[in-house]
Amino acid sequence: MNGVHDMGGMQGLGRIEPEPEGIVFHHVWEGRVHAMSLASPTRSNIDAGRHQRELIPGPEYLRMSYYEKWFRSLSERLIQQGLVTTEELASGRPAAGSAKATPRLAAETVEGALTRAGSYLREAAAPLFSPGDSVRGRNLHPDGHTRLPRYVRGRSGVIVRAHGAHVLPDSNAHGKGEDPRPLYTVRFTARELWGKAANPRDSVCLDLWEPYLERA
Amino acid sequence: MKDQGTYQPYSYYQLMETSLRELLVEKGIVSDEAVNAEVTAMRERQPERGSKVVAHAWLDDAFRQRLLKNGTAACEELGLEIPALKLVVVENTPQVHNLVVCTLCSCYPWPVLGLPPVWYKSPPYRSRAVIDPRGVIAEFGTILPDNVEVRVWDSTAEVRYLVLPEQPADTDGLDEDALAVLVTRDGMIGTARL
Repeated sequence: MNGVHDMGGMQGLGRIEPEPEGIVFHHVWEGRVHAMSLASPTRSNIDAGRHQRELIPGPEYLRMSYYEKWFRSLSERLIQQGLVTTEELASGRPAAGSAKATPRLAAETVEGALTRAGSYLREAAAPLFSPGDSVRGRNLHPDGHTRLPRYVRGRSGVIVRAHGAHVLPDSNAHGKGEDPRPLYTVRFTARELWGKAANPRDSVCLDLWEPYLERA
Repeated sequence: MKDQGTYQPYSYYQLMETSLRELLVEKGIVSDEAVNAEVTAMRERQPERGSKVVAHAWLDDAFRQRLLKNGTAACEELGLEIPALKLVVVENTPQVHNLVVCTLCSCYPWPVLGLPPVWYKSPPYRSRAVIDPRGVIAEFGTILPDNVEVRVWDSTAEVRYLVLPEQPADTDGLDEDALAVLVTRDGMIGTARL
């Protein structure tokens, strides 16, 4: 979807505010929201979680802090997955007679959970493109989740690396299966993306799935 | 009479988080123990992990080659687990400067750098890093000459990027620990040169 989350190349979004190293969270609740997202079954589909944050209406998305968005998407994913009901969220109490699940062990922290989730690399059909091939970002504007940023649609680049087949977010985010497709790193010159004012030496590389690309 | 104490009312999100957590614990969806363990794990994961990888690569050229070829496998040699992600290490040279961003969300090499700083996840950086990388890097204090090539890496898939900075001048003879201290988080994102 063409949401405000797809912000590569936008201007006027304010100043960058650097911060010293060592600050992990700004409030205790932020760490816990992140931790609940990792510790609950909502983490099983990274693409669905990302899409949930993209569905936050643009004006709110830009106004909310990072972890405010995570809190919103965590709550919504818990409802979608049938783990809690809207009424329970509003009251903060389990519905009378509702089943009690068994939480996973505390020892299984991030690392363990990620390992269990496994990599996104899958076996799939041989890739159409090879390093060195010229490709163009397709002019696609899907309603749902995609990882094809607007700023490369219709722009030409060169494949610099093939990564094998990876789970396709456009399908997985919507519960339509993993549909693994070949993934490539594609280099676009800064001039192709931003015009003659860009430095002729500069480039931007992105990781793009085969269905996002056509031969140029 | 003077006001005393440090009492502050709960903020909206503090209240909402507490309420949600208590609900999830009561329903058995998460345990307080697991939530606390995740928070501790996230706080413990700091950029020093990446600094150690970089310092090791500066001292051991064969390791540096392996790191550039397969970042995941090379980090695992040093005992760093890179679960589920493919790590690609990109090298700065006198001719090339690399910068990492995630324009669509907040993808970042957690296993080696810990959680990203707020600015990395915020609209100003995400929007500008691809269209004006030189301006962004200048705001962080480094003016890159026109004849240095800038390569921006937009992390759009489950591949993560780590910049291998150039070893600063006059640091020959330092051991790995002393070198690692010089390697900053921003140097490994690419917003700074060491």
